[in-house]
Amino acid sequence: MKDLLKQKRLRHALILLFTLIIFTLPFLITNNYYLSVLVIIGIHTIVVVGLCLLMGYAGQISLGHAAFYGLGAYTSGILTSTYNVSPWLALLAGAVGTGIIAYLIGIPIFRLKEHYLALATLGFGLIIHVILMEEVELTGGPSGLSKGIPYLSIGSLVLNNDFKFYFLVWILALLALILANNVVHSRIGRALRSIHGSEFAAQSLGVDTGRHKLQVFALSAVYASVAGSLYAHYITFISPSPFGLMTSIQFVVMAVVGGLASIWGPIFGVSVITIMAESLKEFMPLLIPQAGGEYEIVVYGIILVVIMIFMPDGLTATLVKAYEGWRYRKERANETP
Amino acid sequence: MSLSSELLQYLLSGLTMGGIYALVALGFVIIHNVTGIINFAQGEFVMLGAMFMVTLVNAGVPAAGALVIAVILVMIVVGLIEFGAIRTAKKASPLTLVIITIGLSTAIKGIALLIWGTNPYKLEPFTKGGPIHIGGATIIPQSLWVIGTTVLVLALTFFIFEYTYWGKALRACVVNKFAARLMGINPQRMSLLAFVFSAALAALAGIVIAPITYVTYDMGLMLGLKGFVAAVLGGLSSTPGAVIGGLALGIMESMGAGLLSSGYKDGIAFIILLLVLFLKPGGLFGTSGTKRV
Repeated sequence: MKDLLKQKRLRHALILLFTLIIFTLPFLITNNYYLSVLVIIGIHTIVVVGLCLLMGYAGQISLGHAAFYGLGAYTSGILTSTYNVSPWLALLAGAVGTGIIAYLIGIPIFRLKEHYLALATLGFGLIIHVILMEEVELTGGPSGLSKGIPYLSIGSLVLNNDFKFYFLVWILALLALILANNVVHSRIGRALRSIHGSEFAAQSLGVDTGRHKLQVFALSAVYASVAGSLYAHYITFISPSPFGLMTSIQFVVMAVVGGLASIWGPIFGVSVITIMAESLKEFMPLLIPQAGGEYEIVVYGIILVVIMIFMPDGLTATLVKAYEGWRYRKERANETP
Repeated sequence: MSLSSELLQYLLSGLTMGGIYALVALGFVIIHNVTGIINFAQGEFVMLGAMFMVTLVNAGVPAAGALVIAVILVMIVVGLIEFGAIRTAKKASPLTLVIITIGLSTAIKGIALLIWGTNPYKLEPFTKGGPIHIGGATIIPQSLWVIGTTVLVLALTFFIFEYTYWGKALRACVVNKFAARLMGINPQRMSLLAFVFSAALAALAGIVIAPITYVTYDMGLMLGLKGFVAAVLGGLSSTPGAVIGGLALGIMESMGAGLLSSGYKDGIAFIILLLVLFLKPGGLFGTSGTKRV
């Protein structure tokens, strides 16, 4: 019991420390490019936290999360630029709308198992992408929304640079993490873990597996939608290309690299992949001058395969295990002089 | 053009693409039946086949020889992949294996991008000659090659599975892996065989379609996905189902694109897929039975 309390205190201390680091970083980093990378990491973290809830706790893969991300971005973009709706209202509308769409599409999708489920989410993602490309009057088609998307503002404070936007993104990312953490440690969280263990056993113990999975699916879609809205107001221009299958796969890669069953997993996975992708953009042209802009997908693929084969629980879990093993050996060494 | 000849035109182009989908779908079904894996990299095998073919032909190798070499090269590559990646992770969960094949597909596509670049390559049709007119519709000779190859390969596959030792061993693995093992069939070798055989089917599909669609490093994605859709339509475990699913998908897609909107062509396949999955979760020809715990 004492140990458990100690663990809980340690966890809270870690979260506090992390929060402190996150909010002092922008004062130390003066380079705008590094700051923008951190903003993107924050936005991606929000999506991946939701995806980890779905994959790690409900055991369901989604290859269509870029679609929810895109729905959020486009709802915000279209409502604010074409219809002059307030950005916050648009963000909310996107989140609610996407949540409802996810819930409705989830009803038939979650009747499916494993491979079929993966394929159905993938199909849904592709259909949304095709719609974004083809509904030119509404979305601007492949060339994107031509009208400018306004910046977000709080009162009279316009979030028009990386520094200001950073705080908003990371406050929301931390809220997303805390909310996810609460879900995990609630009754629903236990029910979800039981689904991951054995859906049949959970069902026979009276867990309404279908409803819980739907709720988590909708929640993760809402996360993605909010992140998409933030992205739209950060970049202030959107086109369909960042919301395609590659992005969906990238989110899955981030989730599995970080590891699914820990709240630190998403932050870790997103940071590793985003920083790696950015540094590849810097260094690859030096190594292979003729390589185009998409070579990083090779590295994505290889990392995904290697991690899945050798550390199926993700990097975080592997590191934690290594640390615990090291501590255990050290204690053993201390005990036997 | 009258409506009937228009419909005939869509039917013919649908059959051409449908034949390709059927070949890819067959590969999915064989791998899934023997190993339980959904191989998301199947489409990349199609692309590799087409790329090797174009490279060899451009290097001056006669078409027939290039075809054989290209297919064998893809089989070797896929064999190595099975050996290196799939076998090492054999005990992983289905979710993990799916993610691994997605990673493989991304890696193969990326390597192809590094080797061949983003430019599309053109492959000359197998036979020269103008389009052939059939009752108001036209068909290019290469389409006949596609349909002919599909029929021939399907017949050959049927023969291999029914009459050869290795085909029978593969089927035994499908029926009951444990019993097959007791009979001295090595499941690991069967997994390798299934992958290599599916690779040959995919490579052939890529080679015969290359003169019609151009060859690009990212051609595999859509072909692979639609092959998978076709396999699912057919129930994912039935070989005749995969063939019918492929042809049906090709025809529906071509009709939909022609009669409704060509921009939504890629969307149509997935809308059909979602409808079938929702209405009949086991596919059109599959048995949607209960799963044993």
